[in-house]
Amino acid sequence: MPNAQRRRLVVRSAASALAVALGASALAACGSSGGDSKAESGPVSLTYWTWTPGMDKVVDLWNKGPGKKDQITVTVKKQASGDSLVTKILTAHKAKKAPDLVQAEYQALPTLVSNDALADIAKETGDAKGRFAAGVWQQTTLGTDAVYAIPQDIGPMMFYYRADLFKKYGLKVPTTWDEFAQVARQLKKKAPDKDLTTFSANDSGLFAGLAQQAGAKWWTTSGDKWKVAIDDAATQKVAKFWGDLVKEGAVDNQPMYTPAWNKALNTGKQIAWVSAVWAPGTLTTAAPDTKGKWAMAPLPQWSTGQDVTGSWGGSSTAVTTDSAHKEAAAKFAAWLNTDGSALQALAKESGIYPAATNAQTSGAFATPPAYFANQPDFYTKAAEIAKTTAPSAWGPNVNVAYTTFNDAFGAAAKNKSDFVAALNTMQEATVADLKKQGFGVSR
Amino acid sequence: MTSAARRRPYGVKGAPYGFLIPATILFALFFALPIGYAVYLSFRKVHVSGLGLGSGARKEVWAGVENYTDALTDSELTHGALRVLGYGCIVVPVMLGLALLFALMLDSERVRLAPFTRLAIFLPYAVPGVVAALMWGFLYLPDVSPFYYVLEKLHLPQPDLLDGGPLYLAMSNIAVWGGTGFNMIVIYTSLRSIPAEVYEAARLDGATPLQTALRIKIPMVAPSLVLTFFFSIIATLQVFNEPTTLKPLTNSLPLTWSPLMTVYQDAFRKGDIYQAAAEAVIIAVVTLVMSFGFLRAANRRQKQEATR
Repeated sequence: MPNAQRRRLVVRSAASALAVALGASALAACGSSGGDSKAESGPVSLTYWTWTPGMDKVVDLWNKGPGKKDQITVTVKKQASGDSLVTKILTAHKAKKAPDLVQAEYQALPTLVSNDALADIAKETGDAKGRFAAGVWQQTTLGTDAVYAIPQDIGPMMFYYRADLFKKYGLKVPTTWDEFAQVARQLKKKAPDKDLTTFSANDSGLFAGLAQQAGAKWWTTSGDKWKVAIDDAATQKVAKFWGDLVKEGAVDNQPMYTPAWNKALNTGKQIAWVSAVWAPGTLTTAAPDTKGKWAMAPLPQWSTGQDVTGSWGGSSTAVTTDSAHKEAAAKFAAWLNTDGSALQALAKESGIYPAATNAQTSGAFATPPAYFANQPDFYTKAAEIAKTTAPSAWGPNVNVAYTTFNDAFGAAAKNKSDFVAALNTMQEATVADLKKQGFGVSR
Repeated sequence: MTSAARRRPYGVKGAPYGFLIPATILFALFFALPIGYAVYLSFRKVHVSGLGLGSGARKEVWAGVENYTDALTDSELTHGALRVLGYGCIVVPVMLGLALLFALMLDSERVRLAPFTRLAIFLPYAVPGVVAALMWGFLYLPDVSPFYYVLEKLHLPQPDLLDGGPLYLAMSNIAVWGGTGFNMIVIYTSLRSIPAEVYEAARLDGATPLQTALRIKIPMVAPSLVLTFFFSIIATLQVFNEPTTLKPLTNSLPLTWSPLMTVYQDAFRKGDIYQAAAEAVIIAVVTLVMSFGFLRAANRRQKQEATR
């Protein structure tokens, strides 16, 4: 709660600027297309771009239930996840042919909004607000009065470790990052061929989440200017921490999601993973032989007594400006992410961790994931951790920052060189891109 | 015939143009127009005002040659070009050398199981580049590769093939593995079309098989060597699949390893299609100049030799 308020202060100036812009566009819209949403009658069919597995089954529930009643049929078109879908949406939007509904990660929302691709659905979905944590909801409003998406899933970060091996080597589950570093060194001493974990440069979301936990705010606004603070003190602290660990060889420097990484997790060569609530799914496929040997704990903290986590992943359902049936689309988006049966199906068919707070402790989450059968309170704990998520601050060119991260930190991890220098590269590339595009940028 | 022609003079005169129309339309629609559009885009850019939120904050404007100067001064693009040059210096000679060697061996009289061998060498070409890169990538990763397992058991050194210099060898190996068969078939086909009398004459003059190969076969297949070289240069300049597939496996491959990867990154990761269009135009021009420059040089030499 207080986090959300802090965030709101930061973006308040953005809000006023936005309100002016939106007001102007709303006026323009009234003249030209005011009639299309009111005069909704007869059957409506909507297209929905999503990468969530099993979404077609969830949508079937709608098409057979509430959708049938309202004569709104939704068709799922399965897409590639993440950044490539953003590009695809923007390309389709250029031709005014974007689908009615799209799935979008939270950090992509400012990019989509700044391309005028997402419709404001505040009028249709205003009452959904109370179903979500304030920090999550704020990401879909960009701190304004508008609502650009309905939160679907979230990815609060947690610490996963091999409980059996921690016991075997006499390691204590770290509660602070200092302890984390000590545990990494202890393990190296006791078993030199093993690593606590790896610093991977191939998923920027992990680093962004860790920085978020440390209190970083990468994009903020003042007046009509963006301020980029990727190299702020908090992020530097995180970069230096991991850079030092990689340099002294306390943790591995190889990327995640490779066959080698799978094997390292499966054989106990790496015995911990800083990840998010969706980790059980990944571990099930990456390390099938170690099922039941892992345990989950809150993320280590920067100072004792703190209780904050970052988020890695998570996405929302948005309605595009190209949709001819925005009202119907918004109705579906709200149903999908707030209705009990829909959320139940999303959890069962798609394995998502819902953003709606009451769903986090609902029937589907009464028992732990099969992989964590040994930790009965997995989801109770997860729901508690989710509440401690730090606010996030995304900007209109997250993609550029993320791409630069991959290369700069990839090279730094490989050469075991200065991570802070890599961070500066990331900052400079992001600012240069904003300036090149003409955004107002303040230093 | 002549009377018919006299009766319908316009029809006959117009006929060639009539036949040209379908090809011209297809060329214009699917070749000239997209290229023209790409060139147009390369001179445009997006201009955002203020925070860039809300509608109307984004405008497409003329960029002049800004995209081109940015691309040419971008160190990543030039580094990428140098990396690909180094890669090409390994791939092209090795691949064509092997292709020529295999073709000559298959063409020699003492070879057995020729059809099977030919197919076996050609087969990797039928494996899609992405699949090949994935397969080799798995073989290169020390933790999952059977090769490394054997090396470890034999207590031999285990080089990291996905880093530094060896990375070039590892990537070249994938291209050579996949491309040799195709080039071999091209050279082999042209070897088979050499008339038998030529060999007979050579044999009567007392030429050994090696001499026949060096003095007769290779000069006579020179045109197909030129052709395969031409194809290989273009394929090398356009290398994309292999590094993109190997990228997630290692920290040593940047997202801008080859020029085409830079184009992809700018267009689809950074969403700047204008910059990507300018880079694509530059790469197309360089490819054109290099490949046709080589063709002209090769033709000139052949003409000189013919007149000698």
